[in-house]
Amino acid sequence: MSLIEVRNLKKVYTNEEVETRALDGASFDIKKGEFVALMGPSGSGKSTLLHILGFLDRQTSGEYKFNNKTFDDFTEEEIAKVRNEKMGFIFQSFNLLSRRNVYDNVILPLVYSSTPERDWDKLAKEAINSVDLSHRSGHTPAQLSGGEKQRVAIARALVNKPEVIFADEPTGNLDSNSGLEIMEILRELNDEKGHTIILITHETYTAEHAERILHILDGRIDSDGKVTERRGVKDFLK
Amino acid sequence: MHIKYVFKTAVASLKYNKSRSILTILGIVIGVTAIILVVSLGKGAEGLILDQIQSYGSGIVEVAPGRKPEGLTDIMNISLDSLKERDLKALRNPNNVRGVDVVMPVVMRTMVISYEGDIFRPTVIGATPDFDKIFSIYPDRGMIFSESDVAGRRSVVVIGSEIEEEFFSRTEALGKKISIKGRPFRVIGVLKESGQMTFFNPDKMIVVPYTTAQKYLLGIDHFHAIEIKAESEKMVPMIAHDITLTLRELHGIDNPDKDDFYVSTQDEAMDMVGSITGILTALLVSMAAISLVVGGVGIMNIMLVSVTERTREIGLRKALGATKKNIQKQFLLESVILTGTGGIVGILVGLGLSVLIFIILGQVLSMGWKFAFSIPAALIGIGVSMLVGLVFGIYPAKKAAEKSPIEALRYE
Repeated sequence: MSLIEVRNLKKVYTNEEVETRALDGASFDIKKGEFVALMGPSGSGKSTLLHILGFLDRQTSGEYKFNNKTFDDFTEEEIAKVRNEKMGFIFQSFNLLSRRNVYDNVILPLVYSSTPERDWDKLAKEAINSVDLSHRSGHTPAQLSGGEKQRVAIARALVNKPEVIFADEPTGNLDSNSGLEIMEILRELNDEKGHTIILITHETYTAEHAERILHILDGRIDSDGKVTERRGVKDFLK
Repeated sequence: MHIKYVFKTAVASLKYNKSRSILTILGIVIGVTAIILVVSLGKGAEGLILDQIQSYGSGIVEVAPGRKPEGLTDIMNISLDSLKERDLKALRNPNNVRGVDVVMPVVMRTMVISYEGDIFRPTVIGATPDFDKIFSIYPDRGMIFSESDVAGRRSVVVIGSEIEEEFFSRTEALGKKISIKGRPFRVIGVLKESGQMTFFNPDKMIVVPYTTAQKYLLGIDHFHAIEIKAESEKMVPMIAHDITLTLRELHGIDNPDKDDFYVSTQDEAMDMVGSITGILTALLVSMAAISLVVGGVGIMNIMLVSVTERTREIGLRKALGATKKNIQKQFLLESVILTGTGGIVGILVGLGLSVLIFIILGQVLSMGWKFAFSIPAALIGIGVSMLVGLVFGIYPAKKAAEKSPIEALRYE
């Protein structure tokens, strides 16, 4: 059974009576434990797709099942809970709380979860440790480099041990070195901890870290194929 | 969602905008300060007046002509000459009224008096030699006129200290003759200086035998009041009752509504002062409360700004699993913390000012001002200011909660 099932998904925005078809009948499945890149030029509908997959937005028509359930199977509170416990989000612009330190940022999803408070500290420290930022725990985002900020965001996405991590252009604001570092971490999460990862990018170079690439064009899946030669740190060192 | 964390978050964000937060709560601070101050001043003034009423003489019952007026225009319809010599006689009879120490008639009017070309306008009081017991004022020098002065309608006068200063700054007052309505009165006593009382100033009055005042100064045969001093305070209600029965009998009145006199006791006067200051305080407090509403509007304004500024943060929190309720709670708590803090600061400032006023009026000017701080008023102050936070915080908090996460995340 697939973790994510998408069938003929459409999303139409109406702005001043002009219809924009952001998604126009996309269909695909993603299994548990996959590392999939959604690739496409800007305006191809990949962000819209990610929002729908993350239950942040609703489709106009078609079907999206997450763990065999649709948006309408949940109450609003339950949707929040699914986002909180089953999904992790990583954004291009990090979206950290600028006034709070690393630790407080990472702990944020736990605050909205049903995890008992006594476990928060341990989980947060584990997550911070897994992105090698223990020494920065008390720093605020302003004191961190771009790569470090994105690592905080990853720790935050991880802290609730979600089934799937959505990463929306996670390297978009980073230099290539930091970008590579981030991709390595995502790869590790996928390889070693079995997190399903859905990556959005417009760079082939970044997409090739994934094991499968879905190309989106004009709101539809244009191609769907395995990556034969996955990129990794070794390429960079060459 | 843990309230402790919400609290921490709210405090952190308020601290971040420290000067803005302080300016925002200023309205609340001022409002609560005003309330605390008004209540404290009201209580202080009330205490001051009550003390004076008490020092004016405890156990005093006053009978005044006419009935209790039922409104301003009603005063005109009241006959004011119903108390005469026969009433005095009846009230002095122990078979009619028991437990009485002194029964004294009073007539009074403000009149021009003069001495060697100097003129002055004091209150001229016509009384009996017992006025010292009733008014609690005593001669400093000389003496009070005697019963025989009253019986003989002699033209003698006891003067207040300020009148002595006015007329006799260089000479001895005793034995001199001052002129009241063209009639010479011999000064036989000077009263001790006592300062302004609530309702009259003994320093600015002169006292003559009431018989003399009635006949030569006023040309009347009734009294403006009869003052009765009880043997003990406990007997006041009984005396008031006896007086009422005696005068009704004497005046042939069966229907209490037709009474042509009324009896008042010090308790009543104190109750009245209490209710007047109570009404005044309530009035001023409700005016001060308006500033709390104004402060509330300021809070709402700033919270709306804050919601807009933190659109991205709201979107992020929602993406990470915050429900509408979580967001609403967070913003509501922020505004309640703001106004609650304002309330506490307001109470402290109000308390500080009350202490300052106490020091100035009570200690420096020794006015007998007592320090008063109302704990219920303080609790109401905090309660109301938190309520203001709640009421004016709901709209911004709802607005925050309704933001869609993607719109919010896109917001720059």
